[in-house]
Amino acid sequence: MNGTETRIWEPQHECMDRAELEQLQLERLEATLSRVYRHVSFYRKTFDGIGFNPDDFRSLADLARLPFTTKADLRQNHPYGLFAVPLRDIVRVHASSGTTGLSTAVGYTRNDMRTWSNLTARVLVAGGVGKEDVVQIAFDYGLFTGAFGLHQGAERLGASVVPVSSANARRQVGIMRDYRTTALVTTPSHALNIADAMIEMGVNPAALSLKHGLFGAEPWSESMRKEIEEKLEITATDNYGLSEVMGPGVAAECLEKKGLHLAEDHFLFEVIDPDTLAPVPPGTPGELVVTTLTKEGIPVIRYRTRDLTAILDAPCPCGRTLRRMARVKGRTDDMLIVKGAKVFPSEIEAVLLEIEGTEPHYQVQVDREAGTDLVTVLVEVSESLFFDEMKKQSVLRDTIVKRLASELGVTVDVKLVGKKTLERSDGKARRVVDRRKLD
Amino acid sequence: MLRLRNVDAGYGPLSVLRRVTLHVAAGEIVTIVGANGAGKTTLLETVAGLVRPRAGEIVFDGTGITRVATERIVALGCSLVPEGRQVFAPMPVRENLLLGAHVQYARGKRHEVAEDLERVYRLFPILRSRDGQLAGTLSGGEQQMLAIGRALMARPKLMMLDEPSMGLAPLVVKDIFAILRRIREAGTTVLLVEQNARGALRIADRGYVLETGRIVLQGTAEELLANRDVQRAYLGSDLDAENRVMP
Repeated sequence: MNGTETRIWEPQHECMDRAELEQLQLERLEATLSRVYRHVSFYRKTFDGIGFNPDDFRSLADLARLPFTTKADLRQNHPYGLFAVPLRDIVRVHASSGTTGLSTAVGYTRNDMRTWSNLTARVLVAGGVGKEDVVQIAFDYGLFTGAFGLHQGAERLGASVVPVSSANARRQVGIMRDYRTTALVTTPSHALNIADAMIEMGVNPAALSLKHGLFGAEPWSESMRKEIEEKLEITATDNYGLSEVMGPGVAAECLEKKGLHLAEDHFLFEVIDPDTLAPVPPGTPGELVVTTLTKEGIPVIRYRTRDLTAILDAPCPCGRTLRRMARVKGRTDDMLIVKGAKVFPSEIEAVLLEIEGTEPHYQVQVDREAGTDLVTVLVEVSESLFFDEMKKQSVLRDTIVKRLASELGVTVDVKLVGKKTLERSDGKARRVVDRRKLD
Repeated sequence: MLRLRNVDAGYGPLSVLRRVTLHVAAGEIVTIVGANGAGKTTLLETVAGLVRPRAGEIVFDGTGITRVATERIVALGCSLVPEGRQVFAPMPVRENLLLGAHVQYARGKRHEVAEDLERVYRLFPILRSRDGQLAGTLSGGEQQMLAIGRALMARPKLMMLDEPSMGLAPLVVKDIFAILRRIREAGTTVLLVEQNARGALRIADRGYVLETGRIVLQGTAEELLANRDVQRAYLGSDLDAENRVMP
C-alpha cells in the first residue's frame, strides 16, 4: 500500500479463514475439556457440580454453560492444584504479577513454551520488529511473565535481544544509545520515564536508532501513545496478556494501531457484562473472559480477567483475520464509584494528557466515607510553575477540575504537586492508591 | 477435505465414539493415535459409511456424507484400506487390483483403468512381478501393498488406512510409510490410523490422540511427539524420549 510490506509471523494462523478457525477452535476446546475433566480435580468438581458433562459439549455456543474460573479459584489451588500435567512435565514456572494481592503460580510444558514464543514473536512482528532488530527488554526478569515472554519471542524471531531488565531510566537510555537499540519493550509509563531521562541527559531521540516501542502490562491511553511516539520518535503499539492464561502474546496491535489482534487460534475470547455475567455482542464493552485452547501445563476455562474491553469484529486492513479487542480501559476492580458514576483511572489519565503544563505522572487516591468514594487526583506540574506562579497554578488546577468534571460527569478533587514527587517505579506505575475498606 | 463435528458412534448398546471433532485438509497426512479399543477403527468405519453415526456431522469434500451409503462415499473419492488387508486370497494380484477399479467403471472412466494399473505397478514394482500370482501366496508386506494399490485404483481424493503397519517387519513398515508419503506427494490426502505412533507421527503433518472414544489432544506431529503424555502412553520409553526431544 504505502510501500511498507506488512509482515506477519504466522500467516497460516493469523490470516486463517474464519470457518476453518472455528473448526480448529472447536477441536481444541473439546480436547481441552476432555483433558481438564480427566486431569484436574477442580474442573471435574465444578463441572459435576453444575451437572455439566463435557461429552455433551457440542458447539462454541455451549461455552456459556460452563462455569467461570476466577483469581480466587487460582489462589485456593495455589501453587499446583490446577496443573493438568505432573510437575516433571513442567519446564518453567512463573507467577502472576499480583496486581491485586497474592500472586499465583503458572506452569509451562515444553510445548507451551514453544507456543508462547511463537505468540510473542507475533506480537513483535505485528509491532514492526524483524530479525534485523536490536530489542531492548526493559521489564523486570523474574516471576513476572513480561520479560521472559517477549524475550523468547524475540529470540524465536531471530532478533538480537538485549535483556537490560529493570535498570533505571538513565541506564536504559545509555544502553539504548551505545547498543543502537531499535525496539524497546517495556511498560508505557516506563517509556515516559525513559523519554524524560533522555531530555535530562541531553540525548536527542532523533540521533538514536530506536524505531519501535512495544508496550504492555498496564492500561494506557491514546494520548499517552501520541506523547510517547512524539517524545521518542517511534511507533508505539499496545500488547496484552496475563500470566493466568499465558503471559504476553494473548493480543497485540498491528501497525494500524486500532485495537489488538486476539490470538484466537490459541484462546477463546468472550466479553461478558460484569454484573449479569451474560456474554455481550461484539462492540459492547464488558469484562474479557479467556479460555485456553492449547495450554498443556495449566489450561483455564472461562477465566475472568477483570479487564474491561470490547471485541471488535470489523476486518483489519493488515490482512490478519483474527478479530481485535479494544484497548483495555481498566479493570473491573479499578472502577471507582464516585457519587454514583462509574469512573476509571484511565479516563482521568486521558484528560490529564490533553492539558498543557501537566506532566504525564499522576496518582488517583481513593478513600471511602459513608459509602461514597472520595477521589483526589494528584498531578505533577513542571518546577517553574510549581514554585513561582501561584496564579497560573490555580488557573491550571481549575482547568483540570473542569475538564475532569465534563469528561467524567462528576467533580473530583485535584492537587498539584512538584515534579518527581510522586512515587516512580521501573515496573508498573502505581496510578491508583485505594484506601477504601471494602468488605 | 474431511470434516467431522461432534460425531457419536457405536455398536448396539455400546458407545464407542464421543463427540469426535476433527478435520483433514487437502494434501495433508493426518494420523489418529490411540491405544487398542480407543475407537480408531470405528472412526474410519464411520467416515466410510460402514457404521452409522448416532449424532454429529461428517462432510467430505463439501458434501454431507453423514448417512450416505458406502458405495456412494467411495464414488465421491474416499477410500478405506481396512485393517488386516483383506485381499481376495484365491484371486491373482491383477484381478484384486481391478476389483478396486469398479468405481472408475461406474464413473465411465473405463479407458483410464489401464493407465491407473500402470501407475500402481510403478509405485509397487513388486506387484508387477507378482502380477499373476494368487494374492494368498504373497507375504504380509506385499499383501498390504496390494490393499493400498487396490484402493488407489479407485482414484481416491482421500485414502484412509487402518493400521497398515500391523504385523509387518520393521523394514517393511518403513517401506509402507515411505509409500504413503509418495502417495501424498502424488496428490492424495491421507488419514492414517496407527498403533505405531512414532512411525505415523514421523510422516504425518498433524495428529489427534483418541482415548476411550474422545479426542484428548490434537496438534502438529511435532507438538504431539514433544508431548509427555503421548511419549509415555504411545511412544514407549520415557527416557528415550527425554534424550531425544530438544527445545
